[in-house]
Amino acid sequence: MNSLEVRRLAYAYPDGTQALFGVDLSIRRGERVALLGPNGAGKTTLVLHLNGILTAGHGTVTVAGTPVRKDTLKEVRQRVGLVFQDPDDQLFMPTVRDDVAFGPANAGLRGAELDRVVEDALARVGMLELADRPPHHLSFGQRRRVAVATVLAMAPEILVLDEPSSNLDPAARRELAEILRSLDVTVLMVTHDLPYALELCERALILSGGVIAADGPTRKLLADADLLARHRLELPYGFAIPDA
Amino acid sequence: MGAGHHHQLHLPGDSVVHRLPPQCKLLAVFAFALVVVATPRERLWAFACYALLLAGVAAAARVPPGRLLRRMVIEVPFVLFAVFIPIVGLGERISVLGLSLSLPGLWAAWNILAKATLGVAASVLLTATTEPRAILLGAQRLRLPSLLVQIAMFMLRYLDVIVGEMRRMRVARESRGFEARDLRHAPVLARSAGALFIRSYERGERVHLAMLSRGYTGRMPVVDDLAASARQWGLALALPALALAVWGLTW
Ligand SMILES: Nc1ncnc2c1ncn2[C@@H]1O[C@H](COP(=O)(O)OP(=O)(O)OP(=O)(O)O)[C@@H](O)[C@H]1O
Ligand SMILES: [Mg+2]
Repeated sequence: MNSLEVRRLAYAYPDGTQALFGVDLSIRRGERVALLGPNGAGKTTLVLHLNGILTAGHGTVTVAGTPVRKDTLKEVRQRVGLVFQDPDDQLFMPTVRDDVAFGPANAGLRGAELDRVVEDALARVGMLELADRPPHHLSFGQRRRVAVATVLAMAPEILVLDEPSSNLDPAARRELAEILRSLDVTVLMVTHDLPYALELCERALILSGGVIAADGPTRKLLADADLLARHRLELPYGFAIPDA
Repeated sequence: MGAGHHHQLHLPGDSVVHRLPPQCKLLAVFAFALVVVATPRERLWAFACYALLLAGVAAAARVPPGRLLRRMVIEVPFVLFAVFIPIVGLGERISVLGLSLSLPGLWAAWNILAKATLGVAASVLLTATTEPRAILLGAQRLRLPSLLVQIAMFMLRYLDVIVGEMRRMRVARESRGFEARDLRHAPVLARSAGALFIRSYERGERVHLAMLSRGYTGRMPVVDDLAASARQWGLALALPALALAVWGLTW
């Protein structure tokens, strides 16, 4: 079964801006996929459909066999872990521990079982020692890691990250890559960081002008200079795709 | 985004008072304040006993007296107000150190000062021995309106973020040569304040999305097991109970 199926998804914002024009994609369980595309391509809009925060104007989204609908929202939000771009938007509780506990507690966990889930999630991102600190006293990279832990604690079927490497220093960026690689979940990663996509994701999608413009092995897409140029994507200066 | 100054109120410790569940302490302080306010101002002995009771709590909590006094500066406006009443007050006058003061004014000033001081001291003891977060959990536990508790919780969390945003906007203004020198610059500051409001509002929307994504349905899940034992309730409510006893004895 596929972790994620999106069929002919179209969406216009209330002010009339048409952001998605019929997106088709499917992601198999356990795959790590990069979602690339220029500013304004509709990546964030697409991501917000995956757990039903925005509702499709047209088309369908299916998560692990469950269609995203009003009556399935609770189940879908448990299965899709969304990590927002700004960790300050994601971490809203007074302490790291409370924040990580928020999702599983909404799902009904309490007591020792809740503690175990929270500590396990924090340990997976190496943040267990900081559990009782308030989020605003952490560094940006630490907050990003805690943000990942908040969704890991919900044991999601698919982890969706919006620009996870933005604003991280090189060491924090590498540490996050190690964490993501160590996880045994399906990952969809929105990013402008093409080398990061190459490093972490075997497959990539290019979203451009509200449709999927390319879908294939990351290495192959990034080697196609014409394709990249058509969609305003650029490799960093001096970056050459290393031999496999 | 440096350490939030709002955490300085709390004095970490491990005393009996620190360990009491927050809802017990909240209720105790509230009941104590009620008794104090209900005490007629002429019963000087009662107020002295109330002060002694608080001193006892401070000693049990190992809050140094100096710290307690420094935290009480928020009371200063009341003090200033109280000082004026006897000077401008009407009625029978008496002469103190060559100053002619109104007697009813003196009683009114004493009434405000004594009650405010006792109330503030009790609150300072509460915040010194209870983390801000625990106070909110206690309020939730006492079934205060959930919306109010959530608002307070978000203020606690986002105060630093908003102060940081304000600072970044000021740096941005000043690096482009702006200096607020007189009233003519007020419109610029007003526009900045407007932008700050919109930024904060939009952040609120994004936070709400993040909460929905993790299954929020309008109520904060109560995760901490804050159940208080009868002994803990008894211990906490000893303060207002003793105050009530003083009130009765000085009748
Ligand atoms: N709340 C909104 N109301 C109206 N239009 C919006 C809104 N949010 C985004 N848009 C528009 O929808 C389109 C897609 O935006 P989206 O945020 O999905 O792009 P993106 O691919 O995430 O871009 P970026 O790489 O800059 O994050 C853009 O044209 C944008 O202006
Ligand atoms: Mg975006």
